[in-house]
Amino acid sequence: MDPASIDVEATIRDMAERLRAVLAKRGLSAPLMAGIYTGGVWVAERLHAALKLADPLSTLDISFYRDDFTRVGVHPQVRPSHLPVNIDERHIILVDDVLHTGRTIRAALNEIFDYGRPASIMLAALVERSGRELPIQADVVGVSLDLARDQHIKLHGPEQLRLSVVHARTRG
Amino acid sequence: MDKHNIQLDENGRLRHFLTIEGLKRELLVELLDTAESLSSVAEQTVKKVPLLRGKTVVNLFFESSTRTRTTFELAAKRLSADVLNINVNVSAATKGETLLDTLRNLEAMNCDMFIVRHSESGAAHFVARHAAPHVSVINAGDGRHAHPTQAMLDMFTIRRHKGTFHNLTVAIVGDVLHSRVARSQIQALSTLGVDEIRVIGPRTLIPQEAETLGVRVFHDLREGLRDVDVIIMLRLQRERMHGAFLPSEHEYFQLYGLTERKLELARPDAIVMHPGPINRGVEIDSAVADGPRSVILQQVTHGIAMRMAIISRTMQHSVPAVS
Repeated sequence: MDPASIDVEATIRDMAERLRAVLAKRGLSAPLMAGIYTGGVWVAERLHAALKLADPLSTLDISFYRDDFTRVGVHPQVRPSHLPVNIDERHIILVDDVLHTGRTIRAALNEIFDYGRPASIMLAALVERSGRELPIQADVVGVSLDLARDQHIKLHGPEQLRLSVVHARTRG
Repeated sequence: MDKHNIQLDENGRLRHFLTIEGLKRELLVELLDTAESLSSVAEQTVKKVPLLRGKTVVNLFFESSTRTRTTFELAAKRLSADVLNINVNVSAATKGETLLDTLRNLEAMNCDMFIVRHSESGAAHFVARHAAPHVSVINAGDGRHAHPTQAMLDMFTIRRHKGTFHNLTVAIVGDVLHSRVARSQIQALSTLGVDEIRVIGPRTLIPQEAETLGVRVFHDLREGLRDVDVIIMLRLQRERMHGAFLPSEHEYFQLYGLTERKLELARPDAIVMHPGPINRGVEIDSAVADGPRSVILQQVTHGIAMRMAIISRTMQHSVPAVS
């Protein structure tokens, strides 16, 4: 499948439906949604609106939690993470654009636990691609893609979201 | 090796942080941006990020200091580093040798960073020149030479309040002659491109070559404060009061102490800064120090974020890349 031909907005609407079903099945009524900068926030904004969640959308910038800091360094402009003061016993839906190695999600989980002890965390990813390096999986996935190691998928936004494949050495 | 290049690695990135001199504007802006990002850590429930987990930072203080040492300690701890505090009182005669020996011992303990404060100018450079390749060195104040982390936290405070450095007039008031803080501030302010830097003080406390630093010199406080955006008061080092430099504390306060009346000459939105510790009633009146224009305690808060930024930036290059 050519990622550029994927209708991202329609995929997210479909994800919202399935997310609603998962929440109903687990009996979770007022989850807290958190998007990971940058692409994950764009996806989360749409899911958050579709699910009409009461709590405002939380955002996470995991730059300070990366495990490759000594190799890639810190970008000077890291956006502040916004999570509610108290996340204890809350059910959290973590949203990212691409699930690749799993390292971003690991970092996000670490950051969330620095804010408190949630009751549960589930993961929604627009794209789930090959190349996992950690035992992490998503609960709701938009599309699954099999890509070569040097192929990277990129979400463009914030208006009219679309996907493209780039050949790059940076890790997603 | 050239004293000013020693702080950069082959890619032009920070390896040590010893002086503002010779650093480019982009690099200073990058530090300010990083500090801005790291300032949100203080608002988390767990005030810590795991950036420097497993690294050991040594506060190597040959000169006493409370604020600088504690903010460095907190900065390193909030980056998850392990911190060792060493206060060394050493006689001048044995200093050179002892310093090297101390260094070798700490290196043998696999420490990754030395934060050095010393009463002698050039001490941090000396440590940087002799430290093992993986070790980064930060100058926490050396003699009359430099106090670059203080200058950067002051720049951070100015940017937070004024948004930019252009079109600003900044006045530095007091004992400029003995002040390493003032020297670093002047370098930072001119690198960041402020419109005008003024130094204000009695003739005995302004270095004779001051004008060559690109500053305007005033000996009359009222004249110098007119229309300034930022006022930086320097601590009058009381040990100098009885020498030939000054007649008396009382007279100094009359002439150069910042009072609310004198503050009225500055712009209405001018901010008042002081690196601390303040001498109330000597260089600054309590009403000003505790007043609405004072940002002195914010400087302390900003000092932690700025030092986190400097520690993490320099540390990125202290470790050879592992593939």
